[in-house]
Amino acid sequence: MRSAFLAAAAATALLASAPTTPLFAQDMPKPGGEMIVTYKDDVSTLDPAIGYDWQNWSMIKSLFDGLMDYKPGTTELMPDLAESYEISEDGKTFSFTLRDGVTFHNGRELTAADIKYSIERAVNPETQSPGQGFFASIEGFDAMASGEAQELSGITTSDDRTIVFQLSRPDATFLHVMAINFSFAVPKEVVEEQGADFGRNPVGTGAYKLAEWTLGQRVVFEKNPDYYRDGVPYLDRITFEIGQEPNVALLRLQRGEVDILGDGIPPAQFVQVMSDPANEGLIVEGGQLHTGYVTMNVGTPPFDNPKVRQAVNMAINKDRVVRIINNRAVPANQPLPPAMPGYAEDYAGYAHDPDKAKQLLADAGVGDGFATELYVMNVDPNPRIAQAIQQDLAAIGINAEIKSLAQASVIAAGGEGQAPMIWSGGMAWIADFPDPSNFYGPILGCGGAVEGGWNWAKYCNEELDAKAAEADAMVDPAKAEERLALWRSIFLKIMEDAPWAPVFNEQRFTMHSARIGGEDALFVDPVHIPVHYDYVYATDAE
Amino acid sequence: MLRYLTRRFAASVLILLGVTAVTFCLSFLIPADPVRMIAGRSASAQTVESIRHQLGLDQPLPVQYVRYVGRLAQGDLGRSYVQKTEVATLIWSRLPATLLLMAGAIFFELLIGLPAGVYAAMRRGRTADRGIMMLSFAGVSTPQFVVGLLLLYVFAYLLGWFPLSGYGTVWHLVLPALTLGIAGGGWYSRMMRSSMIEVLRQDYIRTARAKGLSERGMVMVHGLRNAILPVIAMIGLDIGIFMSGAVVVESVFGWPGIGQLAWQAIQRIDIPIIMGVTLVAAIAIVIGNLLADLVTPLIDPRIRLR
Repeated sequence: MRSAFLAAAAATALLASAPTTPLFAQDMPKPGGEMIVTYKDDVSTLDPAIGYDWQNWSMIKSLFDGLMDYKPGTTELMPDLAESYEISEDGKTFSFTLRDGVTFHNGRELTAADIKYSIERAVNPETQSPGQGFFASIEGFDAMASGEAQELSGITTSDDRTIVFQLSRPDATFLHVMAINFSFAVPKEVVEEQGADFGRNPVGTGAYKLAEWTLGQRVVFEKNPDYYRDGVPYLDRITFEIGQEPNVALLRLQRGEVDILGDGIPPAQFVQVMSDPANEGLIVEGGQLHTGYVTMNVGTPPFDNPKVRQAVNMAINKDRVVRIINNRAVPANQPLPPAMPGYAEDYAGYAHDPDKAKQLLADAGVGDGFATELYVMNVDPNPRIAQAIQQDLAAIGINAEIKSLAQASVIAAGGEGQAPMIWSGGMAWIADFPDPSNFYGPILGCGGAVEGGWNWAKYCNEELDAKAAEADAMVDPAKAEERLALWRSIFLKIMEDAPWAPVFNEQRFTMHSARIGGEDALFVDPVHIPVHYDYVYATDAE
Repeated sequence: MLRYLTRRFAASVLILLGVTAVTFCLSFLIPADPVRMIAGRSASAQTVESIRHQLGLDQPLPVQYVRYVGRLAQGDLGRSYVQKTEVATLIWSRLPATLLLMAGAIFFELLIGLPAGVYAAMRRGRTADRGIMMLSFAGVSTPQFVVGLLLLYVFAYLLGWFPLSGYGTVWHLVLPALTLGIAGGGWYSRMMRSSMIEVLRQDYIRTARAKGLSERGMVMVHGLRNAILPVIAMIGLDIGIFMSGAVVVESVFGWPGIGQLAWQAIQRIDIPIIMGVTLVAAIAIVIGNLLADLVTPLIDPRIRLR
């Protein structure tokens, strides 16, 4: 099988179907104008190899580009810096042809060597990139990750516009990996000049370039006039105001001083804001690639018995938990969120049934109940959610003591396997890329069930690991459906073993000022949070 | 005087060394791993160990501490684990805002606290005294975020007299400084009141009164000068406290001070920043105290520095 994909075709398709296509003439996106986004926390870094939080994630996406990207507002892949690509029949060779005439913000033209350099930089242990592991399927990864080799033997550039990746195993997620921030192209000469300060002086190929960064106060993006894609971005400037308390930011938005609440609508004001008719049309609701769950450490009795874990699944009243957070989520019955490809629509899950749960506990020989601990991050609303779960568990005789700790401490307890139960809220899991495999390996697979890993249930099912490997080896796009079906079966098997009790999938509610326009999908883009900066526009642009 | 300063300086260095040692140990007692926070959730054990090694976190604690102090002696505060930026740059960038807020806060503290305290002392036991003490109690005990949000809502949102948040002009400074000033003013008024009552009992006041000096003149000339000494010592302490950042007020008003930097660093276990901010705060406390001690003999010549 050889599949070639021409970007020209994709671009045409994008123009025809992109969410920015206006319905009415007066909604035509206009170039020009600016936008102010508020954030509470300082921007940590804008280095694509380092940045890994929800604030800088989409900022970096606007400054840099990778070989692949997603159609705005969707989880559908499309070529970005690549003009076209080919995948070999065995799924182990990915060849990309670069787009012509793409330049970095410093004016230099992008070449294939830059892509190779950028990915090797992320793998190089000296970079300390949190994304190193995503490139594990590239040949030569182990040698470079351990510091033995200075480059990845699996990447070759025959000329300035051709880059070929040789993988050590077929990898169906590889195109997603080429769309992840850690693979974004950086110019070697600037990185070497700036050293560790590159994160504050980023230079990429993206739609925006950094114009100003006043530490602790503001970060300003300016439209990149030489951006390779015609017509975007629409906005001339985006100012990120830092240190803004969410409640104050909301007041400022209502006064028309700012346009987007980067940290979202403050929970305490949520009901009021949603019911205020003045806000009609300013709040967009959408799904998120997020699942909130309770992990049960399968190595800690009595959670070593699947019946006990199933009982916990039946004990938790998910509807009530969702009400506690003002319906800012939908109840979940499986690890994958509904917006994720592979989600099992017709799966019923474990219904809320305390009587049956008690029966299961009795069958497991702990009919008299038992005492355990529930770890939770100490930031609202998580302790309140944990209390609701605590009450539900008490109703079937499980006496769970709540351990409310700082985020890092809960993560440490989970990694070391000390925590019998953890409520994941505030810590996990939002997908790195929209593919079901990202919801398996680190959090449910054997690879993550190690000391310090993120598989806090320490659930390791070799059979499922083999199936997961099989699914990820199905690179042929013609087999995409078959692959998703295999993933679906993996997650349903996990639900039988019940190392987790999935509780809810968070919904996103993005509030924007009346000045800012764009299709709804852009304001709840599954990949760009809070909004897709490149495609929203100012209605008052001159 | 020179001998005094030398001795104070030597003592300060010891104090600062002590502070760094304690902070260093405390930040490693947190039951969490800074390396895992850097490495992220997808990192392999190998990556984690490699980062730990590069940061020198695989060394025994005493070795790490000696290395830290060694670099510190050369003026190197290190680089942030998360931001990779130099800690000195991060702190330096937030210093102007911190100093400005400190000055504004101390200004309002004195503006509110001194007159209130003096007046209450003069009206001791009467309704005015009770009223002032009640208000000062309220000022001290109301959480700063309540005062801050209230001021913000009324004077910035409803009346629009001041900007809603941010930093840049003197108008931005008023509300956050006033919020801190209300709490501090409460303390100062109580301290001023009791100090003034104490002074007014002294023989020289009785003499002044017998001399026929007006009550007002007496308080201003003889009373204030003697009663203000404990307040000056308190300002010295305040300088240190504000230098470590007014986290709550900074956060409510979006003020880019050191407090927000420290708070975020603690969330992310960014030890170099935590160490740097603690050190700066400790230095400020030492300097603040020294200044207070140096100013005291200028006001009360009976006090000598030895």
